[in-house]
Amino acid sequence: MIPPTRHRTLAALAAGVLALAACAPGSSAPPTTPAPSPAAVRTDPSALGNVTLTVWDQEVRGGQAAQMKQLNDAFQAKYPNIKLNRVSRSFDDLNTTLRLALSGNEPPDVVEANNGRSAMGAFVKAGQLLPLDAYADAYGWKQRYPESVLRYSRYSADGKLFGDGNLYGLPQVGEVVGIFYNRAKLSKLGIEPPKTWSDFEAALATAKAAGEVPLQLGNLDKWPAIHVFGTVQGRHVPPGQISTLAFGRKGASWNTTENTTAAEQLVGWVGKGYFPKGFNGQGYDPAWQAFGKGQGVFMIAGTWLLADLQKALGNDLGFMLPPGTTADAPPVATGGTGLPFAITSKSRNPDAAAAYINFITSPDAMKVLTDTGNLPIAETGQQKVPAGPQQEVFSAFGTVTAKNGLVPYLDYATPTFADTLGAALQDLLAEKAAPQEFLATLEKDYKTFAESNG
Amino acid sequence: MTGARPPGEPRRVAYLYLLPAFAVYAAFLLYPIGRAVQISLYDWDGLTLGRWAGLDNYVAIVADEGLRAAFGHALVLIVFYALIPLAIGLMLAAVLNHAKVRGLGFFRTVVFLPQVVAMVVVAVAWRRVYAPDGTLNTLLGALGLDSLTRGWLGDYTFALPAVGVVGTWFETGLVTVLLLAGMSRIPAELYEAARLDGAGAVREFFAVTLPSVRGEIAVALTLTVIAALRTFDLVYVTTRGGPGTSTSVPSYEVYHRAFGLSQVGSAAAIGITLTVIIFAVSFGINRFADRRIT
Repeated sequence: MIPPTRHRTLAALAAGVLALAACAPGSSAPPTTPAPSPAAVRTDPSALGNVTLTVWDQEVRGGQAAQMKQLNDAFQAKYPNIKLNRVSRSFDDLNTTLRLALSGNEPPDVVEANNGRSAMGAFVKAGQLLPLDAYADAYGWKQRYPESVLRYSRYSADGKLFGDGNLYGLPQVGEVVGIFYNRAKLSKLGIEPPKTWSDFEAALATAKAAGEVPLQLGNLDKWPAIHVFGTVQGRHVPPGQISTLAFGRKGASWNTTENTTAAEQLVGWVGKGYFPKGFNGQGYDPAWQAFGKGQGVFMIAGTWLLADLQKALGNDLGFMLPPGTTADAPPVATGGTGLPFAITSKSRNPDAAAAYINFITSPDAMKVLTDTGNLPIAETGQQKVPAGPQQEVFSAFGTVTAKNGLVPYLDYATPTFADTLGAALQDLLAEKAAPQEFLATLEKDYKTFAESNG
Repeated sequence: MTGARPPGEPRRVAYLYLLPAFAVYAAFLLYPIGRAVQISLYDWDGLTLGRWAGLDNYVAIVADEGLRAAFGHALVLIVFYALIPLAIGLMLAAVLNHAKVRGLGFFRTVVFLPQVVAMVVVAVAWRRVYAPDGTLNTLLGALGLDSLTRGWLGDYTFALPAVGVVGTWFETGLVTVLLLAGMSRIPAELYEAARLDGAGAVREFFAVTLPSVRGEIAVALTLTVIAALRTFDLVYVTTRGGPGTSTSVPSYEVYHRAFGLSQVGSAAAIGITLTVIIFAVSFGINRFADRRIT
């Protein structure tokens, strides 16, 4: 028997739950902020009066933190009327808190938003970011930044189409996935840095025969193999198809002979023992640290490892773009940008915010980025850096952007694709799934999303 | 004054005393749970207007093979988090209690130590132990068991047990200390009586020790089973649910869906389901223990 008072309590609870259910979570209509027109844009920060800008960034590590501090100080010194209120968090923390911050009534003015669909795409869809095209025209960003780089911050106004449409952010730094190699080991093995993809495979075989670890990899964190697969795929699949797949657009397929060849080649490397033993159980950090200690002749990884690896290996470190099937093939490499800086649509001072973004991405800023050990995204080829690995990275990035050879990260494709691809690659590399099954898993995720996205 | 009223202040005033605590409880617990229930009924990305989905999210939990597997993994973890530590703890506590070892306080501290360390630290340390060039493989190599070495956390067969063993290592101390406290309360006369009746050590354990610590066993099981079902940090740090999806657990899915995939409604539904399961299991354990005592 439930006593009557208990009944009343239950009824009250039920009523409460019903009351809650009456209103759907989330805000109804996205705020319709008119995009600023080029004529209305004010580009002189000192004429904007006293303004406070709140900036959320994730530049917390070594060289990143240094460049941000240096540029912020310079900005403050030049425009004392604009006060910067900087909030910096690690990448993961920023990603998880930005969503809530942007749905509040007083979001930060400038935020670093990850390019992908679940971050920037979702914010655009919810009308939380300001299209920057008017500012891009006023400041001439489109002249300084190659389109193959800008497209990573482009979305259609409804957030559905990625890689095309309005510009929603501007990045400071670039990144490209290429091949790091150990120069000392190469000369000991008597081989030259490979000029073609088959040279590369031959070099792997030579390294294996000599008892070295040919290709360092640690795939416990699920995503590292995505970069290896992306690189192999770039040798076999036309870049246009990769872009369509990676931007999650209709009109391509994973079930092609080219993709099958790529998957088969990658599994073949497992069979030939090119990867270290137990690589699926090794973390990403221990793996590149091992490479730094001389375990491994080659490693397919992104330029973000440059500073740390150079510290470990010095000028024994080499970097190259993944070679093509022929020596004169145009370069194709997975790559993109650091997190782009965007302006929130509720910001009260978009002009000041844009002026700030312009300042930290100006030609002078690119020099500061170089000096602090970062890879500036524009005017990369013109920076003066000492010969050695850093110069190789700079010229690789300069070459691949100049020739529009960057293809997007495959995990951009759908909101769930990072996970689908990461898990599927672990299955593929552990030979739990055949290449065809692997591609079918990817195709299912891609097709489902592309169909529903329209 | 009428005689029908019980002595003391009027009963209803008591509710007034409860009010402050209840207000805090409601604001920080009941309201969020209510909100979570509500959100679980929507298809919501966390930003734009949610779309009413009814029970779709819950249906999806049952229909989704990956999620069913995640709940299955949590059940496997119960073995490692609760049952094995209980077995080890019973044995260890019985020995420690029986032998009246010198420096008992020291052993108790050592056994309890893992509990003091933050789970994230524990996970980072064990990640090192399990690495292909880690302590475990070095040890196996030194014993001449090279054929057994592998990247433990990347192995489809061993990743989940490997994560489970960390749980065993972590929870055993708690269980042992709880049981030790219970056993120290058993009057020595009971053991004496048992011995006079001719009981050996084993018989003594089952006839005297075990029934006397039933309450402590219930507490230990409740705590460890809950810990097993809501495992998050360990999986997040060691494997992120991999290799493939062989170590994914419900709590990780909640986090992953809410923050990674923007499926907040679905995440809330998993969270509510997990809450209900944990509530049912701990309710069951305590009912079981109570009934046996009375």
